[in-house]
Amino acid sequence: MSDLPLLSIVIFLPIAGIPVILGLKSDAAIKWATLAILTADFLLATSLVFAFDASTATMQFAESVVWIRALGISYAVGVDGISVLFVFLTSLLGWICVVASWTAIDTKIKTFMINLLVMQTFMLGVFCALDLFLFYVFWEAMLIPMYVIIGVWGGDNRVYAAFKFFLYTLAGSLLFLVGVVVLYFEGGRSFDILVLMERDFPFHIQAWVFLAFFVAFAVKVPMVPVHTWLPDAHVQAPTAGSIILAGVLLKMGAYGFLRFSLPMLPDAAQYFAPFVIALSAVAIVYGGFLALAQEDLKKLIAYSSVSHMGFVTLGLFTFKSNGLNGAVLQMFNHGITTGALFLFVGLIYERTHTRQIAEYGGLMKVVPVYTLFLGLFSLASMAVPGTNGFVGELLVLSGAFATGKATGAIAIVGAMLSAAYMLRLIRRVGLGPLIHDKTRSLWEINGREMSAALPLAIFVIWVGFYPAPFLDILGPSLDHLLGQVLGP
Amino acid sequence: MDIDYSLLPLLAIMIPLVAAGAILGLRRNAFLRDTISLAAAVTQFLVVISLAPTVLAGTTIEVTLFTILPGIDFAFRADALAMVFATIASLLWIAAAVYSVGYMRSLEEHAQTRFFVCFAISLSAAVGGAFAANLFTLVIFYEVLSLITYPLVYHHEDEESWHGSRRYMVYLMGASKTFLLAALAMTYQFAGTLDFKPGGLFNDTTLSDGLLIGIYFCYLAGFAKAAIMPFHAWLPAAMVAPTPVSALLHAVAVVKMGVFCVLRVIFDVMGPRLMHSLDLDIATAYLVSFTIVMASVYALTRDDLKARLAYSTVSQLSYIVLGAALLSPSGIVGGVAHIPAHALSKITLFFCAGSIYCASRRRKISDMAGIGRRLPWTMAAFFVGSLGMIGVPPSGGFISKWYLVLGAVEAQSIVFLVVLLVSAVLNAAYFLPVSYTAFFVREKDNQNMEVAADDIREIPLVTVPLVVTAVFSLAMGVYPDYFLALARGVVP
Repeated sequence: MSDLPLLSIVIFLPIAGIPVILGLKSDAAIKWATLAILTADFLLATSLVFAFDASTATMQFAESVVWIRALGISYAVGVDGISVLFVFLTSLLGWICVVASWTAIDTKIKTFMINLLVMQTFMLGVFCALDLFLFYVFWEAMLIPMYVIIGVWGGDNRVYAAFKFFLYTLAGSLLFLVGVVVLYFEGGRSFDILVLMERDFPFHIQAWVFLAFFVAFAVKVPMVPVHTWLPDAHVQAPTAGSIILAGVLLKMGAYGFLRFSLPMLPDAAQYFAPFVIALSAVAIVYGGFLALAQEDLKKLIAYSSVSHMGFVTLGLFTFKSNGLNGAVLQMFNHGITTGALFLFVGLIYERTHTRQIAEYGGLMKVVPVYTLFLGLFSLASMAVPGTNGFVGELLVLSGAFATGKATGAIAIVGAMLSAAYMLRLIRRVGLGPLIHDKTRSLWEINGREMSAALPLAIFVIWVGFYPAPFLDILGPSLDHLLGQVLGP
Repeated sequence: MDIDYSLLPLLAIMIPLVAAGAILGLRRNAFLRDTISLAAAVTQFLVVISLAPTVLAGTTIEVTLFTILPGIDFAFRADALAMVFATIASLLWIAAAVYSVGYMRSLEEHAQTRFFVCFAISLSAAVGGAFAANLFTLVIFYEVLSLITYPLVYHHEDEESWHGSRRYMVYLMGASKTFLLAALAMTYQFAGTLDFKPGGLFNDTTLSDGLLIGIYFCYLAGFAKAAIMPFHAWLPAAMVAPTPVSALLHAVAVVKMGVFCVLRVIFDVMGPRLMHSLDLDIATAYLVSFTIVMASVYALTRDDLKARLAYSTVSQLSYIVLGAALLSPSGIVGGVAHIPAHALSKITLFFCAGSIYCASRRRKISDMAGIGRRLPWTMAAFFVGSLGMIGVPPSGGFISKWYLVLGAVEAQSIVFLVVLLVSAVLNAAYFLPVSYTAFFVREKDNQNMEVAADDIREIPLVTVPLVVTAVFSLAMGVYPDYFLALARGVVP
C-alpha cells in the first residue's frame, strides 16, 4: 500500500475545493466545479472500496497524527467494512445532490455549493473518525451546514424547521458529549475508539453512558417519540437537503449504535435491548400508519423513513447475525432508495410546485419514464422481491423472528403497511386520470436528471439480486462486532 | 436422482423478455409486433418441451447463476412438477397469442403494445416461477407476475378497472407482504436455507409443532394466487381485464403459479412426512374442500359469464391442492394432472366468453339465448370445455378427476369422495345451462342489444384458437401419457 493518505484525501477533498469555488464568477462554472470535485471524491471513494481487504475486521487505510497531546487527542481515521460502505454511499449521494440542485437552487448558488462541500467533508469525517473527540467535532460541525441549507434554501416555513432540527439534534449531542467525557475518564484518559472498545466498563457506567448515547442517537435515527423534527425538516429542506438528510444523516444514529453503544457498552446494550426493540417495533408500525395518512409526498416519504429506520434499529438489537447484516444492508438500501424517492419528488416539485398527492394522477400518460423510475423506487421502498429492500427486510425479519415471534409479527405489520402506502402513492400519482392542468404540460426527465437516477436504480436491482459483494464487505466486521457484544 | 446442467431453462425465461423488448421496438408496425408474440410463444414452447425427455427419464435439470445470500442461490431447476406447469403455460401462450390478436383488433382496443409487452413478460415470470429452484427465486417471479399483470387488469382505465385492479393488488400484495414474508423469514432463520428439497427442509430442526403449523399456514395464506378461501376475492375482481388476460393469466399462468407454489411448499418445503405427522394434510384438505363447494355455489348464482368462470376457477384450483393434500399416490397424480386438464378446458371456456363478447358484446348468460346458432363453433367448444370441467370422458378432466377419486379412496376418506362427487354435480349445474341457453332457448327479439342478432358471426382469429384448445382438452383425455408420466414423477 502506498504512503498516500488516501482516506484523508477522500475526507478533505470537498473542503479543499472551496477556494476554487470562491474564485469562480459564473453560476454554471460553480456548478460544474462542485460537480467535478464531488465526482472526483466519489471516484476516490470507489477506489477505496476496491482496495479494501474484505477478509478482515481491522481498520484499514488508518492514519493517526497527534493533535492535542495534553488530552490524548489525535487525528485518527480508518475504515472497517461498515464504515467503508457508508463512505461510499455518502460520496455517491454527494454528487447526486449537485445534480439535483442544478436548476432547483437559483439563489446564492455559490454559498449553497460551498455548504454542500463542507457538509460532505464533515459527514465523511464522522464515518471515518477513530478518535472519539474527532468524531464529536465532525458530528457537531455537521449540524451547521445542514442548518444553513434548510434555513436559507428551504420552503416557506424553513426557519422553524431548521431551528427545530438544530435544537433536537443539539440536545441529543450534549448528552452524547457527557457520555464521551465519562468514557474518557473511565477508560483511562483515552479518546481512541479502538482502545475504548477493549475496555471493560463496569455495568453502572455502561448503563448511564448507554442511555446518554441512546438519546443522542435516537434523535438522529430518528426513533419514536423523538422523530417529530424529521417531517418538518424534510418538507422544508430543498431536494439536496432531503437527500442528504435521508441518505446520510439518518444513518448517523444507527452508525453510532454500531460504533459505540454495541461494542463499547455490550452489557448495557444487551440489558436495554428489549426496550430498544420495543421502541423500534412501535416506530415501524406507528411510522407506517402515519405515512399511510399523509397527503404530502415528502411527508409520506419522511414518515416511511421512520418506519424503515425502525427496521434498522430492530435488526441491530437482535444481536443475531442475520438481523445485524440485514440492518446494516438496510441502512445502505434506505440511503439509496429514499434518497432516490426524494430526488424524484424534487424533480416533479420543480415542475409543478406542488407536493399534494391529490393534485397528481395519470403521470404515466405524460411522463412515463419518470413514472417508471418512481415506481421502481417505490417498489424498492416497499421491499418487493428483486429489489434491494427485500433482501434487507428478509434478513432483519429472520433475525426478529429468532428473537421473538411477537417481535417478528409486529414487524410484519410494518412491512404490510409499507406496501399499502407505497402502492397508494404510485397508484394515485402515476395512474388514473390527469387531475391537474399543471400536470398536462409536464416534461420528461432530461439527461442530467437521468444521470442521477440511473446509478441509484442500478443499485436497487444490484443489491436486490446480488447482494453478496456488499455482505462480503460487511461480513468480517459484523462478525467481529457480534463477538464484541456477545463476548467470547 | 440424476442431475443434469443446462442453460435451457434460463433460455425459456429469457425468450419472452427479449420478445417484450422487440414488441416495444416494433410498436409502429402492428403486424410485425403481433408476429413476434407468436414466434416467442412457439420458441418458448419448443425450448420447454425439449427438456421433457430428460425430465421424463428421471433426471433433474439445474442451473445456478450466483449466490444471493448464504443458503440462497439464484438458481433454476426443471423437475417433473416444474415441467407440468411450464409446458402448459408455454403451450397455451401460443393459442393465446393468436387469440389476443383477433380479440384486441376486433374490439379496436387501445394500448395494444403495452398489452402485448406485459403479456410476454407475464409468461417469462410464469415459466421462471416454474423453474425456480428455491423459494427466493420463486418469490421474485411470483411478485413480478403480480406487478406485470396489474397493467393488464387495469387495461380499460375506467372506474370499474380502477376498483378491480385495486382489489387485485391489495389481496395479492397484502397477502404476500404479510404472510409470505413472515413465512420466508421464519424458514430462512430456522431451516437455514430456502432451497427446495424433496422431503422438506424442517426434518432436522427441533421447532415446536405450533410454529411449524404457523409457518405452513403463512405460506398457504401468502400464496394468495392459489385463491383458497378466504383469499380468493381478487380473482373475480381481475375479470375486468380483457378476456385473453382472464383466459391465459387468470385461468392458467397466474392461478397455476399460486397452486404450483402451494404444491412446492407441501412437497419440497414442509415435506409429506411432516405434513402428515402434524395433520396438516387433513386440515388443508378440509379447507380446500370448503372452497371447492362454496365457490361452486357462488358460481351457480352468477349471471355474468366471466364471473361464473372465475368462481369455477376458484373451485377447480382447490381440486389440485386437495389431490396433493391427500398425500396418496393417486391423489397426487390426480392433483398434478388437474393442472393441465383444468388449464386446457378453462382457457377454452374463457376464449369462448371472449368470442361471444367480440361477436355480440354480450356478457350475461341470460342474454345468450339462441346464440349457439350464430356462433356454432364457439358454443360447441364451450360445451367441450364444460365436459372437461365436469369430468365427463373422454375429456382431460375425466382423467384427473378419476385419479382424484382414486386418491380419496386410497386415503380412505368418504368425506372427500363426497366433496368430489357433489362438486361434479354442481359443475354440471352451472355449466350445462349455458350450453342449453345457447342452443335450445329461442332467440329473443331484443332491440336493446348493442349488436343485432343477425350481425353476430364468428371471428376467425378468435374462433380458431378456441377450437384448437377444445380439441386439446379432449386430446388430453385420449392421450394423457405425457402429463400422467410427469405427475407420477412428482409422487415422492
